[in-house]
Amino acid sequence: MRKERLVVIGNGMAGMKAVEELLEAKPDYYDITIFGAEPYGNYNRIMLSPVLCGEKTIDEIMINDRQWYKDNHITLHAGPDKQVVSINRRRRLVESRDGTSARYDRLLIATGSKPFIIPFPGHKLDGVIAFRDIFDVNTMLSYAASKQHAVVLGGGLLGLEAANGLRQQGMDVTVVHNCATLLNRQLDSTAADLLQTEFESRGIQFKMAAETKELIGDKSGHVTQVTFADGSELPCDLFVMAVGVKPNFELAQQAGLHCERGIVVNDTLQTFDPSIYAVGECVQHRGQTFGLVAPVFEQAKVCANHLSGHGVAEYKMLPTATKLKVSGINMFSVGDFNGDAGCELIEFHDQQLNVYKRLVLRDNTLVGAVLYGDTKDGSWYQSLLESQQNLASIRSMLIFGQHYADVFAQEMTDSPMPEVA
Amino acid sequence: MTDLQATNTIKTTCAYCGVGCGIEAKVNPLTRDVSVTGDKAHPANFGRVCSKGSSLGETIDLSSRLLHPFIGDEQVHWDQALDEVATRFSQIIAEHGPDAVAFYGSGQLLTEDYYVANKLMKGFIGSGNIDTNSRLCMSSAVSGHKRAFGTDTVPNCFEDLELADLVVITGSNMAWCHPVSYQRIRAAKSNNPNMKVVVIDPRRTDTCDIADLHLPIAAGSDVALFNGLLNYLVEGQYIDHEFVESHTEGFAEAVAASQADGAALAAIASETRLSERDLATFYSWFAETDKTVTAYSQGVNQSSSGVDKVNAIINCHLATGRIGKPGSGPLSMTGQPNAMGGREVGGLATTLAAHLEFNIDGDRDRVGRFWNTTTLAQGPGLPAVDLFDAIADGKVKAVWIMATNPVVSLPNADKVKKALQQCPFVVVSDCVAQTDTMALAHVKLPAQGWSEKDGMVTNTERRISHQRALLPAAGEAKPDWWILSRVGQRLGFEEAFNYQHQVEVFREHAALSGFENTQAQRLRDFDISALADISLADYNNFEPTQWPINAAYPNGKTRFFCDGQFYTPSRKGQFLALRAKPPENPTCADYPLVLNTGRLRDQWHTMTRTALAPRLNQHKPEPFVEVHPIDAKQYGLTDGSLAELSSKWGKMYARVNITDKQQPGDIFVPMHWTEQLASAGRMGSLVNPVVDPISAQPESKHTPVAITAYQAQWHGFVLSRQTLTNSTIDYQVKVPCQGYLRYELADVSADRPNINWAKQWLSETYPNLNWQYVDDPQHGVLRVAGYQANVLMCVMCIAPGPQTSVLPERNFLSSLFAKPSLSEVERLALLSGLPTAGAEDTGAQVCACFNVGEKTIRKAITDNALTTYQEVGKCCKAGTNCGSCVPEIKTILASIAEPQPA
Repeated sequence: MRKERLVVIGNGMAGMKAVEELLEAKPDYYDITIFGAEPYGNYNRIMLSPVLCGEKTIDEIMINDRQWYKDNHITLHAGPDKQVVSINRRRRLVESRDGTSARYDRLLIATGSKPFIIPFPGHKLDGVIAFRDIFDVNTMLSYAASKQHAVVLGGGLLGLEAANGLRQQGMDVTVVHNCATLLNRQLDSTAADLLQTEFESRGIQFKMAAETKELIGDKSGHVTQVTFADGSELPCDLFVMAVGVKPNFELAQQAGLHCERGIVVNDTLQTFDPSIYAVGECVQHRGQTFGLVAPVFEQAKVCANHLSGHGVAEYKMLPTATKLKVSGINMFSVGDFNGDAGCELIEFHDQQLNVYKRLVLRDNTLVGAVLYGDTKDGSWYQSLLESQQNLASIRSMLIFGQHYADVFAQEMTDSPMPEVA
Repeated sequence: MTDLQATNTIKTTCAYCGVGCGIEAKVNPLTRDVSVTGDKAHPANFGRVCSKGSSLGETIDLSSRLLHPFIGDEQVHWDQALDEVATRFSQIIAEHGPDAVAFYGSGQLLTEDYYVANKLMKGFIGSGNIDTNSRLCMSSAVSGHKRAFGTDTVPNCFEDLELADLVVITGSNMAWCHPVSYQRIRAAKSNNPNMKVVVIDPRRTDTCDIADLHLPIAAGSDVALFNGLLNYLVEGQYIDHEFVESHTEGFAEAVAASQADGAALAAIASETRLSERDLATFYSWFAETDKTVTAYSQGVNQSSSGVDKVNAIINCHLATGRIGKPGSGPLSMTGQPNAMGGREVGGLATTLAAHLEFNIDGDRDRVGRFWNTTTLAQGPGLPAVDLFDAIADGKVKAVWIMATNPVVSLPNADKVKKALQQCPFVVVSDCVAQTDTMALAHVKLPAQGWSEKDGMVTNTERRISHQRALLPAAGEAKPDWWILSRVGQRLGFEEAFNYQHQVEVFREHAALSGFENTQAQRLRDFDISALADISLADYNNFEPTQWPINAAYPNGKTRFFCDGQFYTPSRKGQFLALRAKPPENPTCADYPLVLNTGRLRDQWHTMTRTALAPRLNQHKPEPFVEVHPIDAKQYGLTDGSLAELSSKWGKMYARVNITDKQQPGDIFVPMHWTEQLASAGRMGSLVNPVVDPISAQPESKHTPVAITAYQAQWHGFVLSRQTLTNSTIDYQVKVPCQGYLRYELADVSADRPNINWAKQWLSETYPNLNWQYVDDPQHGVLRVAGYQANVLMCVMCIAPGPQTSVLPERNFLSSLFAKPSLSEVERLALLSGLPTAGAEDTGAQVCACFNVGEKTIRKAITDNALTTYQEVGKCCKAGTNCGSCVPEIKTILASIAEPQPA
């Protein structure tokens, strides 16, 4: 009997997580063909920052090398030529740039996202790059070897990681951010200030609340300078844009799948075409698009559950925790870290240890947490936030973390308060 | 090594209660290190010491000492200070007469100090206005003794507590207040199966631990109890008629009066709040036990009928002839180390000197001739309560307070404070720099402390012992006798006060005791004339001896009156006809509870010394109030919360301690706390200024009061290495501990301290700390720690409400002050109040998503023989979320797979 054919477009983290889950659930159910535009096996994209810092090698961040595909009888088409350029839904056929084609019974689109490039004057100059893949990392490493001035646009997670990496590689780095505080979507101002101070101590400069006006290049078309709306300017040999990503859904759109800001999927990660699924940063689920690994992996699991015919899992959007992949800096943020009028704050701050924790509660349930310096309880807070359990009984210990809350709860159980006479 | 060689052992006496224990102090004069053990040879204690005495070495630290004379806030030379005192006293005497000045002394003074003070005031300034804190302590016993015996004589001795078959302990928590005597009774009891102990006390104190019978008597009803006993003895024919007829007077009248009080057991039971059965048991034990000692203390003395209570007890002993006999007699337990010495020299306003009396013909003349003075006081001066009233009224315009703290200890203490605030000239000589009384002084004179003073003290059983200096005087501190005589010289009495050494004072005192002291002239009990020419060497080597010490008794005398000879004109003992009367101020609807006050086991008086010994502060760290559960319920009090106590005279705050050791309707507060340690913990503010009409001793054991829950909006504590600046916090108690101080805080204001306020307050003491805090403002929780680098300097914990919230364990946080610095783990755990010990060391974090440490992963791999990172993930979740740690997990797997080098 012919096996069902599964074609996966995109050899990134989302697609491969789904395939791994599928192999785990139903190892021999599909003939699997994978198209990937990057000339590698599957690697852990979020580990690019440590590679840029020189803390890890490319080999170390490979999740699955080519041998793995062979071992699992997966056909892998990898490289720029193998980028899929069309989906023929009627014929259930995909075709790559070089004409390689594959038929499918089920198709999984995992085309990820593209870095957002702000079209300033000069954005097409040489030396203006994004921070997305191994190619970008290699570009930055080669600049660092010969050039001095790097400007990173974007004080978000990726921008800070890029800045840190470039600084580690010896460049003079300035982070340009359009807000007054770093990571303004993840951190309150206290934590953001601690973070900025830490980066500054590492020699990274900041230009906050800055509006970039123009990139200026030399005769050879290479960027040399950035100018700002306030009239100031910075020398610049390398300009890294890290201002976010947008879902990569043109292919799906061309194929007539319903797309808005991404490929619209339901709770089972199915597109409007029942034989086509989509996961990862290319999708839009209940109005949300994605940029972090945890929800993407969750989507992959749910998708694999349906592809394997179990068909019971539903993807549910949960608050996602964020961390910064910079060695020596521990930072964690989940949920609503500001809270509204009905919320209550618990804060811990140790000036000397640079430890800061902020919990946001509503009616004794956790709605948000920011941890800086000591993040070991991040996942615990996240689970408390997800479970929405009432924390009244351990509230006094909550800020000290799971261990202390457990010990405290145990003590309360062991020695209940004496009854008042 | 030099330090070790410098250590010498000195025999001296304890600084505290009237037991007057002998101690051996190992002293290093270079380091001022002193350690104390009991002197096995001293007859008061035979080597025993109590918690207070054994901690004496911890109290001689100089940090709290007054080391230099001050006029106002200005440090001056001794000459200036003495001139100022003499000049102001002279001016006031010249303008308003001698009765416009006064001394207020203390049972903490040595006999020589006391003698000079009394001589200066009564003999040369010419006023009787020298009273003492013994007025608050022993004056009812003094008056009772005088009424019954003609002199202030303690007939018996400590040994009698051991020889007795029945020890009646009344109005005394001896277990705490005279612990060594108590231990002697306990030991005797275990050696003598026939021995019984009866404790008469409204409270079930720790003394009841050895009691065969506890009589929780209604406060102030002792006369009814002992009148009843006298009746019982009469009716049961237990009277020693031969003794009564040969050696006493007034028996019939005394019996008649007691019968008029109501002889029926039922009536006495109702009066005393005791059961008839318990009364009958007590009466029969007393009646049938020949060897009976009745030991009594402040519960008897501090009463508006204190003297009658003393005589009610003595009546029963006279009626049975049980006085001055081995194992039987009344025994007044003295409160202070030298209250007896004070009585000997005449330190009370109502007596002259050396047991000579204003009201006995010839005595004034006798003393005047002996002192060679023409300005001897005409009559008694003002006793303590009246004295401070006279200061308040402006009649007394200059007062010199020595070694005592009346702003705390006198009744209606807020009035005393006000009186001193408006007194034109207040001199305070003390060894402590900051006391509630010293704060009001115009001139501050640094006196030597216990470890520096040298002179004689007399204990409860008339035993004179030499208290010896252990250390050279600190700073410019001087002996009190020296300070007084230098002022005396400046007042123009050069000759009379030309003392160069304390032995000269003692010789004069001894000589006065023997002056015209014969049957033919004026016979007194107190006679130590054998010591009138004592050599300095004999003085220094003086062995503890019970007076009299005279030609007849060169080695002292154990007991008085066994020969039936008293010191009344008739040489007969006097029965007193007594009628029970209730305490002066009855309870009422507004003040429905009876306030009782007293000592604690581990504190002494106003804590100026004991509070310096951290271990003594742990037993009872805060002012508290003991309340019966029924009253607690009625007045809405919970155990451990705070209460506000109020009387017509003042108020105080105290921590509620609910206990059925208290009788319903009675509450108890300790007497010790001052404003130096507690913002509103002075029990003296509450106490009614009622005194016994004869002894002028205040009724400190009975004040009508009200109690309500203190409506704390928040409470908390601070632990701090250094003393904090004063704050405006309503309830604040300071507890000196080992290496740090603990402050208990509470306030009725809704403004909970916020982090900025806390930092600001603590920064007044510590300008450069790095801070750590937890703040949960909506729940009223604030915890702040301040560090110098990683050394914990202070920690503050605040919680909402009076007692509703959980504050972290003080013990754990306290233990951190013993550490030179804190590790990061300890520091992060500190504000949780939970020890870090329970935290499993999981190793360096590998998986941040699930917080899995390297050690956990290694253990999972070895325990389960894992070979892939996927297996590791299934086992302990590490690496199953973002996967960032997979490389590390692989490295760990590889390191385990490789055979370890041998």
